Amino acid sequence: MSARDLFPILPVLLVLAVLPFLGLSGSLLNLLIFMMIVALAAQGWNVLGGYGGLASFGHAAFFGTGAYAAAILQTRYGVNAWAALVAGVALGSLVGAFIGFLTFRSGLKGSYFALITLAFAEVLRIIANSSEITGGGAGIVVPIDYGFENLQVRDRRFFVLLAVICVGVGLVITRWLDRSKFGAYLIAIRENEDAARALGVNVMNVKLGAITLSAALTALAGVLYTQNFLFLDANVAYGPWISIEALFAAIVGGLGTMFGPLIGAVVLLGAGEITKEFSGGIPGFDLLVFGVILIITVAFAPNGLAGISLKGFRRKAGGDAARRSRDGGADA
Amino acid sequence: MYPIPIIAEALINGLMLGAVYALVAVGLTLIYGVLHIVNFAHGAFLTLSMFGIWLLWEHAGLDPYLSILMLTPIMFGLGYGVQRFIIGPAGHGRDNSILLVTLGISIVIENGLLVVFKSDTRTIATDYGFRVIEIGPLLLSWPRAVGFVATMATAVIVWLILNRTDVGKAIRAVAKEKLGARLVGIDVNHIYAMTFALGSVCLAVAAGLLMPVFYVNPQTGGAFVLVAFTIVVLGGMGSVTGALLGGLLIGVVEAASSLFLGDSLGQLGIFVLFILVLLFKPTGLFGARI
Repeated sequence: MSARDLFPILPVLLVLAVLPFLGLSGSLLNLLIFMMIVALAAQGWNVLGGYGGLASFGHAAFFGTGAYAAAILQTRYGVNAWAALVAGVALGSLVGAFIGFLTFRSGLKGSYFALITLAFAEVLRIIANSSEITGGGAGIVVPIDYGFENLQVRDRRFFVLLAVICVGVGLVITRWLDRSKFGAYLIAIRENEDAARALGVNVMNVKLGAITLSAALTALAGVLYTQNFLFLDANVAYGPWISIEALFAAIVGGLGTMFGPLIGAVVLLGAGEITKEFSGGIPGFDLLVFGVILIITVAFAPNGLAGISLKGFRRKAGGDAARRSRDGGADA
Repeated sequence: MYPIPIIAEALINGLMLGAVYALVAVGLTLIYGVLHIVNFAHGAFLTLSMFGIWLLWEHAGLDPYLSILMLTPIMFGLGYGVQRFIIGPAGHGRDNSILLVTLGISIVIENGLLVVFKSDTRTIATDYGFRVIEIGPLLLSWPRAVGFVATMATAVIVWLILNRTDVGKAIRAVAKEKLGARLVGIDVNHIYAMTFALGSVCLAVAAGLLMPVFYVNPQTGGAFVLVAFTIVVLGGMGSVTGALLGGLLIGVVEAASSLFLGDSLGQLGIFVLFILVLLFKPTGLFGARI
């Protein structure tokens, strides 16, 4: 991966970083933060689901572990917030590696993999809902104590900045997948596991690496959630909502593409906000729209929004570029 | 320790609730066995049926057991249409795409119901809802006993349809060998939709049997969907007999773990069982095909 590969990331990050300082209202800033958190979780989902072809229905397991670890370490053990962030990401990836080790060892793929990840997330949700350390059903509150060292900021604009930096990390990691041997192995496994194994790819290790990396990014999203909202309960941390939104954003934006999850998160949450405005805040209406968008995407644009723009590019650029972009995943 | 009659009562009641679980799972496993797709919208279809039963009770005063007859053709048509016109064309025959389309459908149904009915929990208060049958020292719930008998009857009907009718023969042919079935002139897309419709009808029956003892809100089906998947995996994906036996087993496991672990952790037993079976015996305990 050379500096040139990172070039397309810079303008996007710059725009996102400048955006909060253009006088956005408080609610728009909150929406922007939420978009970044979901984008980050979706970037994690994309590593495993997009590049690895392993669609998980239970990324909440990683999100929640990151979120709870950050909250519990700070409130119960007085750990510094930045250390808690690192610990949250580490624990989240550990959960990913554990689930990956069990499921890949048994050779679970496709629907089986989706179902077992969902079951793991549900087990964690039920345990978190009834155990002492997580505050049970009442949840856990992180006391407000603004300051850089506590990873809490009074000025929303700077939290946007922090979230954008994290999304930037996600973009760089995804770019690295496009350019590295590891990424090539992972895509090879997605396309044909047996062939990849026959060619000498260590399938188990590559998949384990992918789920660990995927879990780490999603756990980071969980930590950001805790630091932003300062409140958690089992249905927020381990509830199906985040598994579904991460999956939605990655698929609608474009599976296995660098900008897909970010585009997907912005479009979906933006569309959700608009429908909320128009429907007068009827609960469920925004998710109803999400569901329809998901079906339409799978039916008519399996490569997502990033795939649609890619198609236009292909038509213009003709044969050579088309072949390159098709073979190299999707990086127009 | 609990006295023996209480344990026995819990287990028998578990067995009877398990029968209704089994019916939900029979529909799911039938769809899997023939179409080879995991229908994630199965739970949402169940919720939809339960709301149907509730509506007929609330606005037409129709008995839930009678409503099953009204609901059967509706769910049949809905199941047929959804497979033929949405899942079939949108899934492009790819495993992951189909899974995602059914997930999308479940989200649309669940949240559509949330928009229409809000998140309130609804129940039906029939005069037989709390009736009990005394057998020696045991007190058994009457509507659950009805559920048990009706489930077995439905299972026999499903078996008869699969084994004694032309459609059933075609369904089994498609399940075994799709290409061969097409070659002898079977309209595979039609059979797929018929199977999906049959699976949905099982839900209409299950909904009618559940409503006198259960409640419904837009999320109800979600609780059933993982239970149903557990049963299907336990019984061997695609095996109707396996689903029936698996359902009864799960009912007992849930009753036992609720009794000994309490209600909140009772569901944990099911998920842990699900994970263990998938990890160590993904072909299921019974492993037979339809």
